[in-house]
Amino acid sequence: MIRVIVDKCTGCKVCVSICPFGAAEVVNEKAQITATCNLCGACEKSCPAQAIIIERPKRAEINLAEYKGVWVYAEQSEGKIKNVALELLSEGRKLADKLGQELAAVLIGKNVSNLSDTLIAHGADKVYLIENELLERYNSDAYTTLLTAVISQYKPSIVLYGATLNGRDLAPRVAARLRVGLTADCTGLDITDDGLLLQTRPAFGGNIMAQILSRYTRPQMATVRPNVMKRAPPDPSRKGEVIRVEANINPRIIRAKVVNVVREVSEGVNLEEADIIVSCGRGIGKPENIPVVEALAKTLNAALGCSRPVVDENWLPHMHQVGQTGKTVAPKLYIAVGISGMIQHLVGMQTSDIIVAINKDPDAPILKIANYGVVGDLFKIVPELEKELRKGLRGD
Amino acid sequence: MKIIVCVKQVPEVTEVKIDPKTNTLIREGVPSIVNPFDEIAVEEAVRLKEKHGGEVTVITMGPPQARQALLRCLAMGADKGILLTDRAFAGSDTWATAYTLAQAIKKMEYDLILCGARAIDGDTAQVGPELAENLGITPITYVKKVEIDTEKKRITVHRETEEGYEVIESRLPVLLTAIKGLNEPRIPALREIMLAKKKEIKELNLASIGGEPQSYGLSGSFTEVVRIFTPKQRGGGIIIKEEDPAVAAKKLAQLLLEEPIIKKLREKVK
Repeated sequence: MIRVIVDKCTGCKVCVSICPFGAAEVVNEKAQITATCNLCGACEKSCPAQAIIIERPKRAEINLAEYKGVWVYAEQSEGKIKNVALELLSEGRKLADKLGQELAAVLIGKNVSNLSDTLIAHGADKVYLIENELLERYNSDAYTTLLTAVISQYKPSIVLYGATLNGRDLAPRVAARLRVGLTADCTGLDITDDGLLLQTRPAFGGNIMAQILSRYTRPQMATVRPNVMKRAPPDPSRKGEVIRVEANINPRIIRAKVVNVVREVSEGVNLEEADIIVSCGRGIGKPENIPVVEALAKTLNAALGCSRPVVDENWLPHMHQVGQTGKTVAPKLYIAVGISGMIQHLVGMQTSDIIVAINKDPDAPILKIANYGVVGDLFKIVPELEKELRKGLRGD
Repeated sequence: MKIIVCVKQVPEVTEVKIDPKTNTLIREGVPSIVNPFDEIAVEEAVRLKEKHGGEVTVITMGPPQARQALLRCLAMGADKGILLTDRAFAGSDTWATAYTLAQAIKKMEYDLILCGARAIDGDTAQVGPELAENLGITPITYVKKVEIDTEKKRITVHRETEEGYEVIESRLPVLLTAIKGLNEPRIPALREIMLAKKKEIKELNLASIGGEPQSYGLSGSFTEVVRIFTPKQRGGGIIIKEEDPAVAAKKLAQLLLEEPIIKKLREKVK
């Protein structure tokens, strides 16, 4: 419960301006907290008079010291480790070193033992290997059961997952089964002075950032946005231990079965894992013009994205859409072509490292957040840009 | 077919502005809407009801004004609403939210539960799968097509993947999370909006769903927000304005070729 100590409140309105939920108001020079309060604690921490108090319940202590080690769920698809898993091993290595504990990877699949060396080279001290005929493709029911079992058995302190479609399917199921905290789509991780995992994540489409702890449950679990953590170069001389874990699956636990797989995009256009994205908006005019941006994307080995109108007009399928009702991406370089930059689009890409915008309207909102902007006709600029970049990159 | 749809009332993110002086969100006067992904879930439920018959119940947890969100869903064609509201629910993280919804839903009959894949404010995509686990049913996430065989009580869905989609089959009941592309939600007409006001909305609180108060809200949550801050605002970039597009393109190319990511790419292609 949240309380305002009326005698201490000076009516300064700091709480009103800091509250991300619009739940603080000042009536008759005293603060009041309304029903939309989410108990996030922003006002409690910023109140200069210390007049706002959230009463937090005391918890029964579990034996947290029993839980040791940092684990990374090493997501693989068709025998290839996802980039984000390698990024997490680099980040996990830092966290494990800060804690003075081990870093382990959990590898689940069919005939994937050959990937263990890669995981060790990228920083893992141990690889928990779970292999079974039934695990060729990701299956939510089977993977949930197996991962929950291995976590319960070995009791890690931290488990990290890539915030991919499957990672965000698996992690909440495991968290719910273990009854532990889970933080979604983190962009920053650290260890606090008292050894807790400090998780930073954007909310409201990146308009605010929240820092989150799971104090009372173990393991502390988070999904982490691809392409945010830096991936260190592998060290092939590193040594590690591979621990084979029994994978007995009763086929009856698989209630939802994958009966067919349909591939719609060619390899290398995965938006979430792309370093560079070239995206087009309504300014592209008609579907026949999409090759103009596709050519630029190809030159840059980039994934092709788009804004909502392009999908609404059926010029590109939904899987290309970046923004509020599409994907949230944070590549190293995002090139927005003919995208005006409505807030619905910006929330899906504004955490990109470098933003480039090409737009004919000098007042387009996208130009206000761009590192580099060009005002002009995209049909003249983009082909020239493609030519110049091709020359610069490949010398032809 | 008995279908339950879980919805969340969210602030319209497009209306949220940043106060340039204090660098904080201005939430005053920001309208609340039904989370767009949840509208897709409601639409699908109503279409399934129209095809196979049955009943659609929408359920939400939130402050008393979340009733508005239920009214919208009733106007879209849902039959009944349930509002889970209690001060003790405030401060719920995804686990506590899923637990609270499950406490209410496990007393109900259902063949199918639909949720939006994620909410546009919190953007966790966790409540659906966590709710399914609480109920002991299977969740199928990121669904963009649904077909149901009511005789055999089986469901076939298309689940989005990074490369395309998977066709997944399961027995009912399951929980699905809906993404864009599943359907285009209808916009209710005035007549439906008026009719919705006559439909039943049941209000439930902690006492009516049962359980210990410490399992709910802030005390039932496993995660704790310790700090909220506004990220550095972007801006102050280099804007190229040139008459000649070739000159503009060349300038931009030169800037980009100096960027580390492009330098890295150059190493790779060579």
